[in-house]
Amino acid sequence: MTKTNAGQRIVIEPVTRVEGHGKVTILLDEHRKVKHARLHIVEFRGFERFIQGRPFWEVPVLVQRLCGICPVSHHLAAAKAMDRIVGGEKLTPTAEKVRRLMHYGQMFQSHSLHFFHLVSPDLLFGFDADPAIRNVIGVAKKFPELGVQGVMMRKYGQEIIRITAGKKIHGTGAIPGGVNKNVSIEERDFLLKDLDQMVVWSRAAVKLCKDYTMEHLAELAPFGSFDSNHLALVREDGAMDLYHGNLRAIDAAGKKIFDQLDYQEYADHIAEEVRPWSYMKFPFIKALGPEKGWYRVGPLARINTCDFIDTPEAEAARKEFMAVTKGAPNNISLAYHWARTIEILHSIEKIKELLHDPDLQGEDLVVKGPRREETVGLIEAPRGTLFHHYRINSNDQVVMANLIVSTTNNNEPMNRAVTKVAEDYLAGVTITEGLLNRIEVAIRAYDPCLSCATHALGAMPLEVELRAHTGELVDRRVQA
Amino acid sequence: MNHTFTFTIDGVEVRGRPGQTIMQAADEAGIYIPRLCAHKELVPHGSCRVCTVFVNGRPQSACTQPAAPGIIVENETEALLAIRRSLIDMLFVEGNHFCPFCEKSGNCELQALAYRFGITAPQHPYLFPKRDLDASHPDIFIDRNRCILCGRCVRASRDLDGKNVFQFVGRGPGKRIAVNAKAALADTDAARTDRAVSACPVGAILRKRVGYAIPIGQRMYDAAPIGSDIEAVRADPHQ
Repeated sequence: MTKTNAGQRIVIEPVTRVEGHGKVTILLDEHRKVKHARLHIVEFRGFERFIQGRPFWEVPVLVQRLCGICPVSHHLAAAKAMDRIVGGEKLTPTAEKVRRLMHYGQMFQSHSLHFFHLVSPDLLFGFDADPAIRNVIGVAKKFPELGVQGVMMRKYGQEIIRITAGKKIHGTGAIPGGVNKNVSIEERDFLLKDLDQMVVWSRAAVKLCKDYTMEHLAELAPFGSFDSNHLALVREDGAMDLYHGNLRAIDAAGKKIFDQLDYQEYADHIAEEVRPWSYMKFPFIKALGPEKGWYRVGPLARINTCDFIDTPEAEAARKEFMAVTKGAPNNISLAYHWARTIEILHSIEKIKELLHDPDLQGEDLVVKGPRREETVGLIEAPRGTLFHHYRINSNDQVVMANLIVSTTNNNEPMNRAVTKVAEDYLAGVTITEGLLNRIEVAIRAYDPCLSCATHALGAMPLEVELRAHTGELVDRRVQA
Repeated sequence: MNHTFTFTIDGVEVRGRPGQTIMQAADEAGIYIPRLCAHKELVPHGSCRVCTVFVNGRPQSACTQPAAPGIIVENETEALLAIRRSLIDMLFVEGNHFCPFCEKSGNCELQALAYRFGITAPQHPYLFPKRDLDASHPDIFIDRNRCILCGRCVRASRDLDGKNVFQFVGRGPGKRIAVNAKAALADTDAARTDRAVSACPVGAILRKRVGYAIPIGQRMYDAAPIGSDIEAVRADPHQ
């Protein structure tokens, strides 16, 4: 921590339990009140540039290296884009179902990691608990059953990915126009073995989050919260669909901004604002402009945006969730966790449905049709809507790539959440442990995983700086 | 029948015939001598030196050295393993080999040799050379980042395809595979089915749009290390 006498700027650096690394700058006004806070992430990854020239069929395997937690999302978003290049966007039933199984397995393991490993310590021990015990090891010691559930649920999702993609991390299953393997009877039976246990644990995770949220609602409701638009893919009938659909955006009151928008046309409706202090762009809905057009993505946005969930237990859970705000969109930042566990339950229900579908054993794996040269692939990744946009030349090489990852979509909301926490919890001109922890808690609600929009090397610490309106550094604290 | 003779490889008696190289006799006996530029259907080249063995104490490339009566060949020794590791290591750092997303992964002989030799990371510094691609051909893709200059494509195109599509140009660090055309591969008569394409041991010459069609687990070296097919002959002499 560093501090000067003169003035008013606070820095929180390297955020823990968030992959990648981040820095927060809190800028004070002349009256030493919080003017705004900014989340800085080392955003430059270079993928959009260095895949230029590479052959298009390589892209789904190459770009998934953006991330080790959600590689399947990048793999599938790129594969969906490349389906269109080879004219194979209407997949065979087997190919679509194998990909969906891969995706729900990914959602299940990633959400389990996010909730059990990264978030549960905050909920179980409290935001002010000693960081030495407020971690996944602490959870495993004090709540061993929960610790085991988290590990085993993640493992289950990883096994689904291994079976459908060939490897638990960075597989090759989705290829342009389809998949390279089906799911054998033996593989299906292997997954069926632990399925019922996973359903039971998923229900319990929803209950844990629901009970926690309802019990602490008065404290959680204003925590890092603000009204916002919400954006997600929905199916044509308005159901939540994590793999494919059309774009829907609603405002903070639930009014539709656009609906059933073909995501191939996303660029006509969504733009990215560049701000001088960050390499990470700020996407917004063009019709509303950068000031009012920013939106949230991810579990909270998906639950708010869809009309219903097409699996019974998750739908019942969604209704309970929506009842808290009497059916209106929920704008509570920490409600992301509850929404996330509902998606865990939805994913396992979908996995169950798919594992009993004989199409998984089909032999018709790839389709091709008329070739295209420009393409967009969209998917609902665990952290939110993920855009992959490519142009391919007649020699099969990538000539343009634009990736809008979930973290980038949530850039403005994360900045708002951090600002809100700073406004509510900054006392004087000192960065306390409590403030540092709460800033982390707010970021983690959205994204434990800045690496997808950033470069991550080793541990991810958070740095917070407090700066005066003159720009002078007032205080600085680092969470190692 | 009477034209055969014997010699030893690592103390094991091996039968050879006049005109055979040490590598050919070893293959028949089920003894694997690692190799990269050698290919069963191509004339020996002796350039990669990965098949270096000691013949009566002197280093020789097994793919070019004739087998002879009574010679003593050392193959699997610590000293030779160290030399071969170093050679493979240098091939990795000399090019731009990104196995994690290379479509040849699992079917790549260079990668398979690294696995067989237990190389987890190169010992030499990466050179990160700037190499070019040739995507001009409708069915074939050249990625020179991965070329190890084994010359298999040169020999296969000339001797098996009868085309002479590929040729080396330049010397030393500037040496590269070029195509026999004014501009690019598209200007040659190279075809998707050419043996020159399938002979490439790495991901430098590829058939377009095949990519990752073979799932992980079913690729050539997923189940057993490179050379296992040859060693199986020794394990089962009736094979």
